[in-house]
Amino acid sequence: MDEIKRGVSRRGVLKGGTALAAGLAAPTFFMRNVFAQDFRNNPGDGGTVTFGFNVPQTGAYADEGADELRAYQLAVKHINGEGDGGLLNTMQPLALKGDGVLGKKVVYVTGDTQTKSDAARASAKRMIEKDGVIMYSGGSSSGVAIAQQSLAQEMGVVFMNGLTHSNDTTGKDKRRYGFRHFFNAYMSGAALGPVLEAEMGKERRAYHLTADYTWGWTQEESIKNTTEGLGWQTANAVKTPLGAGDFSQYITPVLNSGADVLILNHYGKDMINSLTQAVQFGLRDKQVNGKDFQIVVPLYSRLMAQGAGENIKGIFGTTNWNWSLQDAGSQAFVKSFGQEYGFPPSQAAHTCYVQTLLYANACQMAGTFYPPEVIKALEGFEFDGMGNGKTLYRAEDHQCFKDVLVVKGNENPTSQFDLLEVVQEVPRSQVEYDAGIFGGELGPYEV
Amino acid sequence: MTNKITLRSDNMMMGLFALAILTMPIWLMPIGASYPDLMQKFAIFGIFAIGFNILFGLTGYLSFGHAAFLGVGSYTAVWSFKLLSMNVVPAVIFAVIVAGAFSFLIGFISLRRSGIYFSILTLAFAQMSYNLAYSVLTPITNGETGLQLAKSDPRVIDGLFVEAGAGIPSTNFFGIPMSGYSGFYFCAVLLIIGFYISLRITRSPFGMMLKAIKSNQNRMSYTGLNTRPYALTAFVISGMYAGLAGSLLAVTDPLAGAERMQWTASGEVVLMTILGGVGTLLGPMLGAVIIKYFENIFSAFNETLLNNIFSFLPEGLQEVVVSVVGLFVGEGWHLTLGILFMIIVIYLPGGLVEGAQRIRDFVGRKRQKKTSEAHQPQIAE
Repeated sequence: MDEIKRGVSRRGVLKGGTALAAGLAAPTFFMRNVFAQDFRNNPGDGGTVTFGFNVPQTGAYADEGADELRAYQLAVKHINGEGDGGLLNTMQPLALKGDGVLGKKVVYVTGDTQTKSDAARASAKRMIEKDGVIMYSGGSSSGVAIAQQSLAQEMGVVFMNGLTHSNDTTGKDKRRYGFRHFFNAYMSGAALGPVLEAEMGKERRAYHLTADYTWGWTQEESIKNTTEGLGWQTANAVKTPLGAGDFSQYITPVLNSGADVLILNHYGKDMINSLTQAVQFGLRDKQVNGKDFQIVVPLYSRLMAQGAGENIKGIFGTTNWNWSLQDAGSQAFVKSFGQEYGFPPSQAAHTCYVQTLLYANACQMAGTFYPPEVIKALEGFEFDGMGNGKTLYRAEDHQCFKDVLVVKGNENPTSQFDLLEVVQEVPRSQVEYDAGIFGGELGPYEV
Repeated sequence: MTNKITLRSDNMMMGLFALAILTMPIWLMPIGASYPDLMQKFAIFGIFAIGFNILFGLTGYLSFGHAAFLGVGSYTAVWSFKLLSMNVVPAVIFAVIVAGAFSFLIGFISLRRSGIYFSILTLAFAQMSYNLAYSVLTPITNGETGLQLAKSDPRVIDGLFVEAGAGIPSTNFFGIPMSGYSGFYFCAVLLIIGFYISLRITRSPFGMMLKAIKSNQNRMSYTGLNTRPYALTAFVISGMYAGLAGSLLAVTDPLAGAERMQWTASGEVVLMTILGGVGTLLGPMLGAVIIKYFENIFSAFNETLLNNIFSFLPEGLQEVVVSVVGLFVGEGWHLTLGILFMIIVIYLPGGLVEGAQRIRDFVGRKRQKKTSEAHQPQIAE
């Protein structure tokens, strides 16, 4: 080791390295002040404004994610004045003019959330830090939505929730920079209760299988509250991991539990698998306590119905929206979506499309992209013609209030898309609740 | 190893490494990777892979459960933010200590076996930790939703010094916020320190002992040497590196989710190390950068972007090219990574570092040839 004396000393390297680090860091700190913006990702004088669409492209909710992405692309087209304009023709009140937002053309970037909070936040950060999005949107898992929503608050960029049904999203985890158009588990319970009572009576024993994350927990809680209010008993509530694939080990105990209703708090591919297996195990052909065994899927979607095939016939649930609705808004949306892609949109597509339009419209109304002003424009905004009747964006928790659909798997479908039969359009007044019941705090406008 | 390893060449490498890491924001610009979040990920997963390499590269023990330590580090750091202070220093220190203690426990049991049995044991422990975090320990980990900060958290130390603001405070290093570029430099400095420690370990007598375990553990035992304390030390050190990486994930983004502990995350660090070069110093870092780059940049390519890239082609051809290339980007980025991984394992078992070595040898030989040719009198020259 005679080399030790020669050459650079360790001390020298360390000293040099530290000086170098300081030197390199300095310009970035100064640069940030030179280009100081009044808010993050200000589109300034540029001709375009960027939206980010962060959806699950892989994992248990990939089908929903693909449909959401189609809806986003359609929304951008319509905002930019391409295509037939879609819901811009029916939305009331409308500030958008079909020439982009505030005269800027909308462009977009996409990302894959992988239905994982970490991946979703990494993807969202890429959009915010690299692509400079002014707003991002996406959904299909409440856990992921909540994670992205809290990121939105930290970064000062608005997040428009796509499909997320947990009470927590606009309950205990609500944020000033997050907005939800979709309905929630509480509303599902409130809407479903009377229908279940009429169809199944007051003396039932329910068995819950619940997806083990925020959405599953809150849905189980809301449905339980409703059914127990009707006088039903709860035999058991079992949590199942998200994306389990095989549910047979959870379904077998149902047979011996003395329950006569199975409530599946599952969504996406999980629901398809658990429902199919429950039917294969012969649950629906059984008689328990002298009554026909019933299955309820509180949150339904057409995509899931498509996946579960024959098994969904006669099964009750709720949805946010269905393409068979006859109002002008729904019709217009189904028409332009159908022309573009050749099949009707899912409820996930609908909520994502509407969210994008609502955000763009709020910017136009506020006359700026400055988030606090846009947020104020959205808060308490009341609109119509978007497919669910008169809808209110409640200022206290950023939750939309509108009619909820109770649906049933269609016994005699007329086409491969005609899978859900609307049993009842439950009016908004029946599903409203006090904003304070779930706790949580929105946080400040300025971050 | 024809190159003579000297203190001088080590210091050279150290200097170059530090320079390369700290100038990342500049030289990553052309490939679209110079935004803070991705560079933070480069540095963090670099630390993770370098630490993993101390175990796998030096002792040959293939752990399939390192993500558990990453997760433990993250949870510890977030709890430190919640209970103590938003300052990152206690978070990092506690995370390293807790991850070290946790890896001591797991290592103590797992290291009773070697080879495939050791791998399976660590995999089982990691999967167990994942399931615990996912459902059983929900009060501590908040299950699938992930552990998040709340405004109502106690933050005992912060409460003594500063008034609570309107929103949730952000993580900071004595007032410097730990998001964006400052977060990256914080991770980068820790990466350089981590790299230096790994270099010193590799060159030390202790490192020599670890390499001896890798080459022939039986012989070591026959000479009357108990190898287990050495292997356990290596295991704990690499567990601490993982804990450090986990805490940095929480520092730059204060949220900890159970999926960080899933076996896929453990597999990822194995891939990183093999891709870059097992047992080399720079390899793991290189592998980490490549995998994270693929995950973040390739997965974001969509059809519109591809159409823009290939817009110079004639129309019919453009569609064909876009649809073929589309299979390998966007949601198909795993496919590209898989192919790359296969090619490397088959043709360059020593990883990218071996590739670089080969190129250098090739160029070196050519130059040698040239100089030897130059000695001969040639009229044409």
